[in-house]
Amino acid sequence: MSIKEEFTKGLWKTLPPFRLVLGLCPTLAVTTTGINGMGMGLATTFVLIFSNLFVSLLRKLIPPQVRIASFIVIIASFVVIVELIMQAYFYQLFKVLGIFIPLIVVNCIILGRAEAFASRNGPLASLADGLGIGFGFTISLFVLGCIRELLGSGSLLGVAVMWSGFEPFTFMLKPPGAFVALGILLAFMNLISSYQERKGG
Amino acid sequence: MGDFILLMISAILVNNILLIRFLGNCPFLGVSRSMDTATGMGLAVIFVLTLAGMITWLVHHALLIPLGLEYLRTIAFILVIATLVQFVEMVIQKTAPPLYEALGIYLPLITTNCAVLGVAIINIEEGYDLMTAIFFSFASACGFALALVLIAGIRERFALVEIPRAFEGTAIGLITAGLIALAFSGFIGLV
Repeated sequence: MSIKEEFTKGLWKTLPPFRLVLGLCPTLAVTTTGINGMGMGLATTFVLIFSNLFVSLLRKLIPPQVRIASFIVIIASFVVIVELIMQAYFYQLFKVLGIFIPLIVVNCIILGRAEAFASRNGPLASLADGLGIGFGFTISLFVLGCIRELLGSGSLLGVAVMWSGFEPFTFMLKPPGAFVALGILLAFMNLISSYQERKGG
Repeated sequence: MGDFILLMISAILVNNILLIRFLGNCPFLGVSRSMDTATGMGLAVIFVLTLAGMITWLVHHALLIPLGLEYLRTIAFILVIATLVQFVEMVIQKTAPPLYEALGIYLPLITTNCAVLGVAIINIEEGYDLMTAIFFSFASACGFALALVLIAGIRERFALVEIPRAFEGTAIGLITAGLIALAFSGFIGLV
């Protein structure tokens, strides 16, 4: 596959967290607004890009028996970097995302890509893969955040957009609403894919 | 003692780790398809989480704070958890083969279960003392197991009914979890 394909596959074919059902905890927890979703997505993307790059560069040096532990150390180092950067420059967002920033280290998407892709491919392809999957994840979180924000508080990116008599659907902002919104979005995507398949074949 | 009972109720029902705090969702969707796997995973999590809660607390207070290395918390904790899981796996395999048969395949999955790291971090951020931290870890893990078994019980029944094609698999699992979470949010205000 070409570098371009490695990048674009993350945007639809293996779009996390829908196609690749991994990394659900941050997806459900922080998407109460579009901005929060995007912040979480970008922080994850940062870690994903660098962990993919370094795993790929070091893949010939890491002994196979201890590879998982080595990957976790590489990922954890970048998570600490993100934690410190966000604490210094984006303190508001850091407060909102809270515990889910250190928990990027156990986001299965990142370890999954390190194991399934970066440890078997060159640095350039791994970088493209990390960028694609990361952007896919960011867009998914942003869209889910926008939907929940629109229905739950009647605003979009902090600006009220619904008509004046709109009764906010606070259920969407609560934990149960997160599960239901993600479930319905997933079903909707399944519907589109099965329609595409029927048209294609 | 009263405080501990309140903490237990709060961790299991009101702030259920899986449904309200959203920790440990990846393994949850994978193993909640049948009752057997759900119980196995639930027991393995209770065992590892209680141990991990205790050890990470000790590491933080006896190692990181005296050395002034609190910013390395994330790295230190994940390494402790990964080592602990590997160690528990080896010990169980040698000393209790039947238990290993039952829990074996779930143990490696626990390393990347964010509930374990999440509870370890909550223990530190809430400033719990050692006893409270152990107790809170145990109670959270029980809450995880409870939610997992409840949802597995419902998902087992999906085999018997017809589900719209688009909702099959993960989608309906998520919506079920949403409904159970709605039931759990009825406990808000209990403590």
